[in-house]
Amino acid sequence: MPLEFIKPGTIIRFLNYRRFAYLFSGTLIVISIISFFFGLNLGIDFAGGTELHIKFNRNVKISELRKTIESLHLGDVSIQRFGEMGANSFLVRVEKTSSSLKKGVSNIVSEALEKKFGKNSFKILREESIGPKVGAELRRKGIEAILFALIGILIYIALRFEFSFAVGAVLALVHDVTITAGMMNILHREFNLTTIAALLTIVGYSLNDTIVVFDRIRENMRKLKDKVKDLAEIMNISISETLSRTVLTSLTTLLVVIALLVLGGDIIRDFALALFIGIVIGTYSSIFVASPLVLAWDSYTRKRKKKGRS
Amino acid sequence: MKVNPRVQFIILAILLIISFILILPSFSGVPEWWKGLLPDQKINLGLDLKGGMYLVLEVESDKAVETTLENRAQRLKKDIPELQTKILPGLKIAISVPLSKEDELKAKISDVRLKVVDTKIENDKFTLIATLTQREIREIKNMAVEQSLETIRNRIDQFGVAEPSIQRQGEDRIAVQLPGIKNPQQAIDLIGKTARLEFKLVDDENMKKINIQKLVDEAIKENPKAKDDPVLLNRLLKGKIPDDDEVLFERRVDRETGYVTRIPLLLKKTPLLTGDMVSDARVRENYQFNEPYVAIEFTSDGADLFAQITGEYVGKRLAIVLDNTVYSAPVIRERIPGGRAQITGNFTWDEARELAIVLRAGALPAPVKILQKWTVGPSLGEDSIRRGIMATIVGGILVVVFMAIYYGVSGIIADFALILNLIFMLAILAAFQATLTLPGIAGIVLTIGMAVDANIIIFERIREELRAGKTPRAAIDAGYSRAVITILDANVTTLIAAIVLFQFGSGPVKGFAVTLSIGIITSMYTAIFVTRAIQEFILEKRASPQTISI
Repeated sequence: MPLEFIKPGTIIRFLNYRRFAYLFSGTLIVISIISFFFGLNLGIDFAGGTELHIKFNRNVKISELRKTIESLHLGDVSIQRFGEMGANSFLVRVEKTSSSLKKGVSNIVSEALEKKFGKNSFKILREESIGPKVGAELRRKGIEAILFALIGILIYIALRFEFSFAVGAVLALVHDVTITAGMMNILHREFNLTTIAALLTIVGYSLNDTIVVFDRIRENMRKLKDKVKDLAEIMNISISETLSRTVLTSLTTLLVVIALLVLGGDIIRDFALALFIGIVIGTYSSIFVASPLVLAWDSYTRKRKKKGRS
Repeated sequence: MKVNPRVQFIILAILLIISFILILPSFSGVPEWWKGLLPDQKINLGLDLKGGMYLVLEVESDKAVETTLENRAQRLKKDIPELQTKILPGLKIAISVPLSKEDELKAKISDVRLKVVDTKIENDKFTLIATLTQREIREIKNMAVEQSLETIRNRIDQFGVAEPSIQRQGEDRIAVQLPGIKNPQQAIDLIGKTARLEFKLVDDENMKKINIQKLVDEAIKENPKAKDDPVLLNRLLKGKIPDDDEVLFERRVDRETGYVTRIPLLLKKTPLLTGDMVSDARVRENYQFNEPYVAIEFTSDGADLFAQITGEYVGKRLAIVLDNTVYSAPVIRERIPGGRAQITGNFTWDEARELAIVLRAGALPAPVKILQKWTVGPSLGEDSIRRGIMATIVGGILVVVFMAIYYGVSGIIADFALILNLIFMLAILAAFQATLTLPGIAGIVLTIGMAVDANIIIFERIREELRAGKTPRAAIDAGYSRAVITILDANVTTLIAAIVLFQFGSGPVKGFAVTLSIGIITSMYTAIFVTRAIQEFILEKRASPQTISI
């Protein structure tokens, strides 16, 4: 007897719940967009500035560190603890960059810290500095990248399926990306290049489940042509039939994402978190959002055609 | 789509042998006979894993155009000594002469290849605004970037960094990667020095008449930035010192305390000799003070000129100026033939070494600016690798166990395909000498999760077909052929996203796009073809298969 999470033959009328799904998704999207207006926590990739990852070999108070660095007049300073508890690691971000090549921000900070905390009491593990010009450029390119990916996918699906499917899939992707970005923002995660990488991966990956469902709808539209007339019902059957693989494929990917989240280290953690949220939201949207949107687009265009004729 | 298991196994065996040959050099040393006979390229580790520095520099190529404008206008000076120039925004130059010289200027302007865009008469002065042709501006800018690239490459080569990468990026940018560098700031100093070496005469006559220190103090009071900006300082001093002169600081270091003092000197603006004529520069030691100096050697033209200059100005002071700082200003005692000179300036050994390198490698045609920089310490990189491997192993085990429990024998077949997929991914990374970054490792981990997706789709389909009453043989046939299209569609879209990411991303993020794309492609082979061949093989071995473990 094989192990089965979902009993074969079960048909759940997912599309009957579409109003709840719209309400739920709509709320999440509105919350996300509101959170964007309350301010994005832009990483230095996009905002410009210098970020130093400093590790002390003894206990250092964050207030002491802040005072020392604020006295250097390097613009806005933000300091946060980084890594495990008691690691004495800090992420220090300042507004200034060292474009002049003469004396880098890390040298200035390093000298001040040596004076205050003693020589060899700390190590600068990583320094990243991005000029404001490059920051603006990367911001533009990041948005472009996501748009291009969506357009590419829209075209591919339109070629392989009907156009209404492409609309449903891409809107569902926009839904996934917006909510993932919103949740990351509400969790005060930084928005940086790696976030864009995660969002693009979600764009690519969360579509897999949607395509499995669409594929089955396409197949059932042919197979059940005589028995079931209602597109919504065909969708219900198709989603139910593919439900176990939708859940299982996401589950295996979630397993490795959780491994990354827990074990991958501080640098990769935010990336893994974005993937985690994105995969969960993406799985939900391939079941509850994508198909209803196809149906809505389908009936909308049908109505318009009728109107056009009369 | 039928597959013959035996043919498939032979293909698989060949691919595996090739893969092991490709992977081996990355994980252990290869014997001597291997080299030359078999590929020995390794998977590169990105800077984020290996430690090092990444820089994106912008060549301020406008400055090179401005220098050309200035030089050309200055050539008119020997005919029209009253001529004055001023660089205007938008790569233009204003040339002013007394009204009486208007016709002469107009006649001569085309001789120095300047294009007139505007003229005006103001306060008894005729001013002409000139520029260069668009084509020439483009050429000069391009040359400036190419030369900077060459110069920076020379400097880094002489500095001694293992496997540096210096590449042009777009129109006016240069990306520099220095893996494993110990002292990033020193490298930045070296790269960033314009290294314009000039020999200029000290205007001692006027220095006696004018209180330079007082003027400089006043100017700095007016604008504190002038302290470190010689161009600004001289703008503020305009009119107070002779037109042909400029003020630069001499840097003096106290031998005992190391304390640096800066003394303003009045110099003739026009250099008598420049760094272009230096053929060699070496660090030497002054045994008296036990400190280094830089010995330079001129080209033969330079040697002649140097002999002529030193002969002409005996008794005067000759300032040795590097990037607008005077390093020393010795009195010329006699004519110096032979084309050798020394630059002393109380250097440290590192400073002297740097100076010798930049003089040998040549000057930058235009200043460069840092747009982007990151440095990663090697310990952080090692930590990242360790954690990445850990996450890969644990993620892998979770997936493998899950598949075996949920799908039985078929799950184990999928697990086998998963391991093959990892091997193939590493082999392709090695074959292309791709760079593995931290996000790249994340890409590998993610691929583990995604690779079994294809098998889940196939196995679920086979289960469905079995439930519909098909025999195992028919169910496998139907399952694979139906699922392949779905898998293809799903993976193509992920590939689209990965390719966009590769186009857009930089450094580490690019590494993620690379491993993800490779993983998608290799997983399609292992999850579809390899698992099918094994399934068929098992079916063949059994006399009358009524059930399969799936």
